Amino acid sequence: MNKFDYRQATTTDEASVLVHDNDQAKFVAGGTNLLDLWKYNVTNPELLVDINQIRENKTIEEIEGGGIRIGALVTNADTAYHPLIEQRYPLLSRAILAGASGQIRNMATNGGNLVQRTRCYYFYDSEVPCNKRNPGSGCPAINGYNRMHAVLGHSENCIAVFPSDMCVALAALESVINVSDLNGKRSIPFGDFHRLPESAPEVDNTLRHGEIITSIDLPSKGFSSNCSYLKIRDRNSYAFALVSVATGLELDGDFIREARIALGGVAHKPWRVKVAEDALRGKPVTETSFAQAADIILEGAQGFKYNQFKIELAKRAIIRNCMMALNPESQKPGAQP
Amino acid sequence: MPTVKLKINEQAYEVNVLPWVSLLDTIRDRFDLTGTKKGCDHGQCGACTVLCDGKRILSCLTLAVMKNGSEITTIEGLADGDQLNPIQQAFINHDAFQCGYCTPGHICSALGMLTEGKAKTREDVKELMSGNLCRCGANVGIIDAIMEIKEGGARE
Repeated sequence: MNKFDYRQATTTDEASVLVHDNDQAKFVAGGTNLLDLWKYNVTNPELLVDINQIRENKTIEEIEGGGIRIGALVTNADTAYHPLIEQRYPLLSRAILAGASGQIRNMATNGGNLVQRTRCYYFYDSEVPCNKRNPGSGCPAINGYNRMHAVLGHSENCIAVFPSDMCVALAALESVINVSDLNGKRSIPFGDFHRLPESAPEVDNTLRHGEIITSIDLPSKGFSSNCSYLKIRDRNSYAFALVSVATGLELDGDFIREARIALGGVAHKPWRVKVAEDALRGKPVTETSFAQAADIILEGAQGFKYNQFKIELAKRAIIRNCMMALNPESQKPGAQP
Repeated sequence: MPTVKLKINEQAYEVNVLPWVSLLDTIRDRFDLTGTKKGCDHGQCGACTVLCDGKRILSCLTLAVMKNGSEITTIEGLADGDQLNPIQQAFINHDAFQCGYCTPGHICSALGMLTEGKAKTREDVKELMSGNLCRCGANVGIIDAIMEIKEGGARE
């Protein structure tokens, strides 16, 4: 654990400049991931810029076009329990409540959830090599104990998975991330926000250093009538997913008008395959239809010594969760199976 | 060194604290309020749970400097003299502890959870209390104790 300087910023611009001017500076909001990593000597910031005093980005409000804008500094708990989210985006609410613990959800912010590190236990252990922590040092997970690791989108450099539940729902809902720095503002479609490891596993997302997340926009379509989040894990609460699935369906009688399916726990980022969703359009609402989509989603999946089971588990979880979305009452607290 | 003002259990405290010192270490080492426990120090066990402005948080993953001006409630602030808080009494009634190390965190977390008001069933309570671990295995009694308070509250 290293010593660091600490500054409080009162505006987004001030925070952005403070971080931009120091390569080793980081924003801190809830701190639940950052301070944990710092205690394990995985991250060694020179300066923490506390953004909690910023007055903006702390609301959840309706925007033009029928969508909702959720502030980056709203906590995960306040988001999950907000009436607009519960009513119009229950998929997001359920996904958030399947993640972490009550205490952590009270601390963790929406912006922080997006930029929590993609990680595995080798990343956390500063005594062993890790390309994500120490680029070029190697990946002990590939030939190690890789039960929790990726089966999709991995590279020879990194097979860690992104652990957020919230982001799996945000992927399915086609949300948009609003960010800003001194160069101005930009909006990043959710699918372009997080990266696959490729040859640079140390970079989790497409934010520039000093760029700050201000809010997340949810499009008007919330799939509130037929959605479900299912999380499969080694214990039924407060554990990362082996596999999780977010499903949103829009039905036309016994047929599917539109489907959204995103997976968590299987890749370096939430995994969504539009071809599979397109293939469901117009299909009857049956297990067979969802099984065909599951096969497409898992196409090209490649497991390792201890996580081969995830491929079949993911397929079954997709089918089950799509069927659960037909009957939202069938869902259990914490997205348990 | 930054100055941090905190109101803990209705009493005002002021302390100079280095930026990297956790709220947990500040409460325990600077104010001698050792009821709040350090378990894992990584947010996994919940032993360090306190109420900050009424909400349950993990004091181990919070820097003291980040909570300047906040109102904190710890286990020491729950009883009224010799009169235990009802949830403390419920933990006794249900044998909701053995070694007692996780108990302050469990009780503060339970109070925060009940205030949140989202648990409808026993299953909900178990799910919403999963951030607190008891290695002695008193979990059944812990959930029983919380249910007693929750259902008592509902009758009022």
